[in-house]
Amino acid sequence: MEEGIATLKSDLRLQIQQTSPIPLFADLECAAGHLLALVGPSGSGKSTLLRMIAGLSRPQSGHISCGGQVWFDNNNHMTPQQRRTGYVPQHYGLFPHMSALENAKAGLHHLANSEQLKRAREWLARMHLDGLQQRKPSELSGGQQQRVAVARALAGDPSILLLDEPFSAVDSSTREKLYSELAELKHHLHIPIIMVTHDLNEALLLADRMTLINHGHTLQSGVPRDIMAHPCNEAAAQLVGMRNLFDGEIIEHDAEQSSTRLRFGAHVLDSPYRPELRPGTSVRWVIPDNGVRFRAISRAESVNSRNRLEVMVSRLLTLGDEVRLSMKIDSVSAPLLANIPLRLATELNLAAGQCTSVVLRAEDIHIFASHE
Amino acid sequence: MDWTALWLSLQLGFMTILLLISAALFGARWLAYRQFSGKPLLEALLAVPLVLPPTVVGYYLLVVLGTQSPVGHWIMHWTGQPLVFHFSGLLIASLIVNIPFAVQPMQRAFEAIPQDIRDAAACCGMSSWRALLTVELPLAWPGVLTAMVLSFAHTLGEFGVVLMVGGSLPGETRTIAISIYDRVQALDFDAAGQMSLILLVFSISILALANGLSGHFGRRHRYPEI
Repeated sequence: MEEGIATLKSDLRLQIQQTSPIPLFADLECAAGHLLALVGPSGSGKSTLLRMIAGLSRPQSGHISCGGQVWFDNNNHMTPQQRRTGYVPQHYGLFPHMSALENAKAGLHHLANSEQLKRAREWLARMHLDGLQQRKPSELSGGQQQRVAVARALAGDPSILLLDEPFSAVDSSTREKLYSELAELKHHLHIPIIMVTHDLNEALLLADRMTLINHGHTLQSGVPRDIMAHPCNEAAAQLVGMRNLFDGEIIEHDAEQSSTRLRFGAHVLDSPYRPELRPGTSVRWVIPDNGVRFRAISRAESVNSRNRLEVMVSRLLTLGDEVRLSMKIDSVSAPLLANIPLRLATELNLAAGQCTSVVLRAEDIHIFASHE
Repeated sequence: MDWTALWLSLQLGFMTILLLISAALFGARWLAYRQFSGKPLLEALLAVPLVLPPTVVGYYLLVVLGTQSPVGHWIMHWTGQPLVFHFSGLLIASLIVNIPFAVQPMQRAFEAIPQDIRDAAACCGMSSWRALLTVELPLAWPGVLTAMVLSFAHTLGEFGVVLMVGGSLPGETRTIAISIYDRVQALDFDAAGQMSLILLVFSISILALANGLSGHFGRRHRYPEI
């Protein structure tokens, strides 16, 4: 069974342009054996894209192919039945009147009955559902229902596995278990896997590549860690949870130090070398939360003192073991935001109205292309 | 006790279900899954028999199917008999007035099937037919049953339209409801009372049976909580 899937080498390519009923301008690829996470807020069009790949929704124009076979272009629209994708909808779409076993063999009606049973049982066993074959979906837990849905999707030897928010409907402990199971399953599947999620951590944990999508536009594709560190624009930065976005101006480049100097209010910051940006150019730049270092922890590091800023704590909110800070930087209107452990906040005696100094790690500063 | 009238009513009820339910099933499924601009108007048209007085529906059927009309004339020409004051005319009238009773419960039942389930069926490679038979019908079954029971019970109790289109010809168009009216007119309260009681017991039994079956299927096929 595993070999059957292993021989099905197929890459997915998709380009969609549509203006209605919802605008979608998407461009994505997923190699066989890779897991692509489609990440975006609710209503961004990611589930619609998944439905288009499955053939359940027809785009206005574009191109979808998988394993060299054209599934959709301007002359051709293959039905879901012809595409045979392994689709796991957000609420799993299990047939409530059928047992787990009947669900798992629901897509195998083209095979002889004995073969249907054999395959369905194999997949249920592989998804750790031994002994639950005769249970109806309403008699299974959320995690078990998801496993049945995955078994059903994979039993039919699909050319692609499509998962729509697969972990949104289960509790956190089940979710952790399912993460490991999906990561393990991925190693044995040599087909593209596309997972829709709004959770960046899921993408970081499980995905080989990630595509950001917002308002129906794919913004950026790449390795999750790269996108998190270097979002391509402000929208992408906000999607990956970056909150510290500022205006700046390029002052000069220092090839020897491999550094670009950036004016930030009345301050000068060192940032990664970007010689393509002309001095005097206005830019927008961003720094992730973990690039904002407080003196106590950064003292031990070799830190460029130029990136040290005096700040005043304007707001402080304690949430469990975490303290959320909003800080005012002299000559800068936008606040600097950071979440720090409660222990550190206590150590630094932080309180609203109090001044402290922070260091913005030069290597974490990311400048977007010129600000217009 | 007018056994002929009861038998005629039962015949009319069963034939109405037989002819109406399959057509209404596909219509209801189509209406449940499709969104189009004229949908509210079409739904309103199909629901008209619910709100219009039966005599109005009967009047228009008489006008359209009567031998003076082109339709009635054409039918008379080809079949050699008129539709009005004939069992076939009664059946057509019964089919038309029962459309909302047949379509609406089934439409609601199909609408209640989550999109995820229909999508999963398509991605499992099921054709529209296979999905209908193996997934949708087992889930929409309580709605189909309700449609059948409502149409049947309504046919048995229909009075105004039957009287307008069929009159009261014994063995041909005199249904049990008409017969009860006739008996009361003739001051034969014993016969009217007997027939009324039979109709009452029959209606209660069939509704109880339908509710029981519906609940049974509902419990067996409840959607999982996730």
